Amino acid sequence: MNILEIEKLHATVGGKEILKGLDLCVGPGEVHAIMGPNGSGKSTLAQVLAGRDDYEVTSGSIRFKGADLVELAPEERACAGLFLAFQYPIEIPGVNNTYLLKAALNAQRKSRGETEVDAFEFMRLIKDKMKVMQISEEFLHRSVNEGFSGGEKKRNEVLQMLLLEPQLAVLDETDSGLDVDALKVVAAGVNSLRDPKRSMILVTHYERLLELIEPDFVHVLAGGKIVKSGDRSLARELDARGYDWITQQAAAV
Amino acid sequence: MATESRQIADLVKQKYQHGFITDIEQDTVPPGLDESVIRLISAKKGEPKFLLDWRLKAFELWQTLTEPAWAHVNYTPIDYQSISYFSAPKSQADAPKSLDEVDPKLLETYDKLGIPLHERARLAGVAVDAVFDSVSVATTFKGKLSEAGVIFCSFSEAVREHPALVEQYLGTVVPLRDNFFSALNSAVFSDGSFVYVPKGVRCPMELSTYFRINAANTGQFERTLVIADEGSHVSYLEGCTAPMRDENQLHAAVVELVALDDAEIKYSTVQNWYPGDENGVGGIYNFVTKRGDCRGTNSKISWTQVETGSAITWKYPSCVLRGDNSVGEFYSVAVANNCQQADTGTKMIHIGKNTRSTIISKGISAGRGQNAYRGLVRFMPTAKNARNYTQCDSLLLGDQCGAHTFPYIESREPSGRIEHEATTSKISDDQLFYCRQRGLSEEDAVNMIVNGFCRRVFQNLPMEFAVEAQNLMNVSLEGAIG
Repeated sequence: MNILEIEKLHATVGGKEILKGLDLCVGPGEVHAIMGPNGSGKSTLAQVLAGRDDYEVTSGSIRFKGADLVELAPEERACAGLFLAFQYPIEIPGVNNTYLLKAALNAQRKSRGETEVDAFEFMRLIKDKMKVMQISEEFLHRSVNEGFSGGEKKRNEVLQMLLLEPQLAVLDETDSGLDVDALKVVAAGVNSLRDPKRSMILVTHYERLLELIEPDFVHVLAGGKIVKSGDRSLARELDARGYDWITQQAAAV
Repeated sequence: MATESRQIADLVKQKYQHGFITDIEQDTVPPGLDESVIRLISAKKGEPKFLLDWRLKAFELWQTLTEPAWAHVNYTPIDYQSISYFSAPKSQADAPKSLDEVDPKLLETYDKLGIPLHERARLAGVAVDAVFDSVSVATTFKGKLSEAGVIFCSFSEAVREHPALVEQYLGTVVPLRDNFFSALNSAVFSDGSFVYVPKGVRCPMELSTYFRINAANTGQFERTLVIADEGSHVSYLEGCTAPMRDENQLHAAVVELVALDDAEIKYSTVQNWYPGDENGVGGIYNFVTKRGDCRGTNSKISWTQVETGSAITWKYPSCVLRGDNSVGEFYSVAVANNCQQADTGTKMIHIGKNTRSTIISKGISAGRGQNAYRGLVRFMPTAKNARNYTQCDSLLLGDQCGAHTFPYIESREPSGRIEHEATTSKISDDQLFYCRQRGLSEEDAVNMIVNGFCRRVFQNLPMEFAVEAQNLMNVSLEGAIG
């Protein structure tokens, strides 16, 4: 069974239609890259999947692990195993990073009928993952994303992902604003989570991320739908030729 | 947003959890105030002449004062002649010496409030001087304190046992003519707490008092006096809840703190009195005068307050930094929900050299609540190298509430440094969505963000109060989003 099945999805933001009949299937263990020019609807897709309020699904369907995703509240989606790494992680002044991480983990564990972890167990769980993300302990005690550099914010997103171990991770331009070294750390984090049962959607502008996180499929999103799908080589072609030839092709059809 | 309004509507409808009335016979003076009532109060308490004279002088002054109107609050005028000025449990004549002697109904009341007195005392090592209406009924841990030489007792007892100390310090921080409410309190105060920590003594435990208003139509006029002698240290906690009532109940307490050379007083309050219903009916009028005098060099007074209750809060715990190098601190969280109105803040009066003050104020407004921060920082010409740092943040939940800031800054000393930072924010949709995407419910997300907003204040509360304060915030703002 596919983890995610999107059919003829139409969605509006503030009354304006952004997604116009998008189809996408993601199987277990698969990594799909979604590329495309600015304004094509990539981030909208990510927000719609996570259930952001002002993003309205007007027609079509999204099934997550066989169940209707659209009806679920954002926290229900999260607890069902859907994770969104934000393009612009949100700052929450005064809220300790550890506190959010532990509260999130326990909320999800509770929803699965598992026991909550205590502070000691939590520290044991997070230690190795911090090593992977090259995050120091001091980082845990700072307010969520407040005063973090761009790279720290993105690493923090991936740290959260490693801790929460989602079944479907949507990474919205997690590579943007990262230098080469930071990109390597982020990629190592993401790769450490690759698993035959876990799927990922990488939303990105750049081919360079896909050098480090090898996708199984590459899709081009333009004008609110997938206009071309291929394998890894498509990304290289896009890197060399840009998007115009595809959007023109799509327009001609 | 639709969800917002729904959530705020839920929040607004939240019922006060501690609303009930204990059925205990009250020994109550008929409503009304004149000289004879004051003489009666004083006689009932068997007070020495100096105190009666002091009360009468206060009453005389009070009659010349007018109720202040500058606060950002609205309420129907108080009829001071309709209030009864003395009320005490019947068993007052032979007041209990231990918990075993306490009226079981009273203990039941504490149980309902979640204050298992002896449990709490034993577990936390806290001496509890529980005030029920006007007379102290239970005092614990006296032995351990007296071993250290610390006097911690009801105000009435202090008047009987330590009249010289009372006479020496009473009214020296908040003078009789200070303000309308404090003058009224001075004339009619019924009881309260008294603390004296002798030279060089570090008080071996946190001191705590639970105040509770119970009798209908009985204004409660608490009087608290804390004296920290040279080189001593004391931490005093105060917390309270009140039963559900329809008529407004006046509360005009006065708290005076005196810190001598090298002494330190930490005074913490969690105030959760009945705030009135969602239409603003009922609720406590809380007109409190709290002031600390850093009388000695290197002395320090720190106020921490969490104000979630009362229909009206009018309260400015202040520090007079008289001694050189003295330090004043004010950490405050004030919540105004439903129709609550809070006008609260502090005054830092710098007189001595190198005096320092810190003000951290966090105001949370929800429902139709109105929250005002009012603060004065004054550097007198003698206050060489004085410093003040003020941070004043407001958090709005919903779109029908208000946050107001009235900072007064007066510097008459050019070497001083004053910093003032202020922010007003709402809990953003982005923050909520981010937390929910990680699996937290909307409610948990709001609680987490609000508690985060209050963190710098909660950090200053003693441990057991910090937990209580967080729970209190969660209860008072359940489901609120901005």
